[in-house]
Amino acid sequence: MIRLESICVDFGGLRAIDHASFEVEAGRITGLIGPNGAGKTTAFNVIAGAVRPSAGRVLFDGKDITGLKPYQRAQRGLARTFQIPHEFTRLTVLENLMAAASAPEGENVFNVVFRRGSFDAEERAIYDRARETVRFLELEHVIDVPAGNLSGGQKKLVELGRALMRDPKIILLDEIGAGINRTLLGKLADKIKLLNTEQGLTFCLIEHDLDYVSRLCDHVLVMAQGQLLTEGTVDQVRNDERVIEAYFGGGKYEAQA
Amino acid sequence: MELTGLFFYLVSILIAGGIYALLCLALNIQWGMGGLFNAGIAGFFAVGAYTSAILTTEMSTKHLGGFGMPVVVGLIGAGVLAGLMGWAVARICVRLKSDYLAMASIGIAEIMRLVIVNESWATNGSLGLAGIPRPFGEFVSGRSADLVFLAYVWAVVLIVYLVAMRLYDSPWGRSLRAIRDNEVSADAAGKNIEKFRVQTFVIGCAFMGVAGGLSAHYFRFLSPSATDPLLVTFLTWVMLMAGGSGNNRGAIVGGLGIWTLWSVTEIFVNRLPPEWVTRSSYIRMLLVGLLLQFVLQKFRAGIIPEKSPPIRFRE
Repeated sequence: MIRLESICVDFGGLRAIDHASFEVEAGRITGLIGPNGAGKTTAFNVIAGAVRPSAGRVLFDGKDITGLKPYQRAQRGLARTFQIPHEFTRLTVLENLMAAASAPEGENVFNVVFRRGSFDAEERAIYDRARETVRFLELEHVIDVPAGNLSGGQKKLVELGRALMRDPKIILLDEIGAGINRTLLGKLADKIKLLNTEQGLTFCLIEHDLDYVSRLCDHVLVMAQGQLLTEGTVDQVRNDERVIEAYFGGGKYEAQA
Repeated sequence: MELTGLFFYLVSILIAGGIYALLCLALNIQWGMGGLFNAGIAGFFAVGAYTSAILTTEMSTKHLGGFGMPVVVGLIGAGVLAGLMGWAVARICVRLKSDYLAMASIGIAEIMRLVIVNESWATNGSLGLAGIPRPFGEFVSGRSADLVFLAYVWAVVLIVYLVAMRLYDSPWGRSLRAIRDNEVSADAAGKNIEKFRVQTFVIGCAFMGVAGGLSAHYFRFLSPSATDPLLVTFLTWVMLMAGGSGNNRGAIVGGLGIWTLWSVTEIFVNRLPPEWVTRSSYIRMLLVGLLLQFVLQKFRAGIIPEKSPPIRFRE
């Protein structure tokens, strides 16, 4: 579904991603793991369009999207959440979700002033969808609270809800688990599984908690020092010597650091 | 006599207050909803004032004119030209982050004002334009004309308010506020930020132009000093902050309220001893600054804070 081809990203003198190539396959829950500074979030930013690679191509469903802006990629069915919550602070939870929906009629400024009826049906559908999503994420008790006043975990749920509102083909989850309590995290894992099995939604997630990854992911990509180190199932990857080395130091990577 | 004098003093406050309410509504669309820091209000106000004045005055040897059009046409022209100006500025500057947009817009507004002062073939330079008509000027004259103008100004305020409310209570307004709150995630949610911002900036500037036009018709005379940024840009910002940024009603309350206070302080500073009178305008500035401090400490989001619009489908 998503393919990175020989991507390089440079931040000043630092090469954050160094000729990385990998693929996120449709219908799967793919985990992207690796030690801090491996380039995982940067890879997400390249996929979502927030960072322009200095070399290489990004393909989405076989089409080259390297030159597209983030909003254009979102309109093609790519959704993401952020490591640090990026909620719409002064909008309520319900508005946060509704604002994320695609509303071609209601976002037309002429319709808004002169043809109020033209976006009624669209808005109704968005509202119903948002209510349903709020229920699904169990955020009903805070539905009218400005998102800026929520807890960190609740903000993460709002982010996931916003991503779901657009009927995406793939959702990139950047450390969705960080800051969420254990019980909620378990529920969230069930929900992600459910979305994947019942609706065939593709996920790619960055996560540090390997148990969580093994619970969720069919396939794992391991990054280290800006490159793809290896890939496979969680068990395969766990016993890989290079992966252990990358995480715990020693050998090749110790020497370079 | 004393009473009629007081009555017409009130009328004059309400007229100027209405024009400021218009400016506040326009700024509220740009800043309150869109988060665009326009510090060049005076420039768009000036473009609107001169456009409407030139379109409606009789033939004169001193400046461009002789179109003698009705006031309504003048005001529409003012909105259109100020909006076009806003579009040109937005095309260049809208990608800038808020503080840089503020700097750029101050600069551009000053350029517009300098063009107006120096292109005297069109504007008669610093000598100004005289004989600008009032709406329905041929039917009413004298003091009753002020009453007619009062109604006219507030009718325009009402129209702009209704438009602003429709913009606010809509998916468009919701997406705009989302962009204001978090640009990065609005981008990730598929919003074309640049398009929203250009639209917002143009709409706001057009209404600022209309406000400028109304002020030209009110005073019947227009010179560059009427577009002083201190009185137009600075005061409008104070009004919106005090009234409640993000709330259209707050914008009107702020515009009218601060203007009333501003006018009333004139009475007091004029009674100061003669050696202080020369400093009176600075004392008023200081007082307004202090007032803003007080309001912002007491009511951080303004007198009427932003409130999310109700959702129609709610049972």
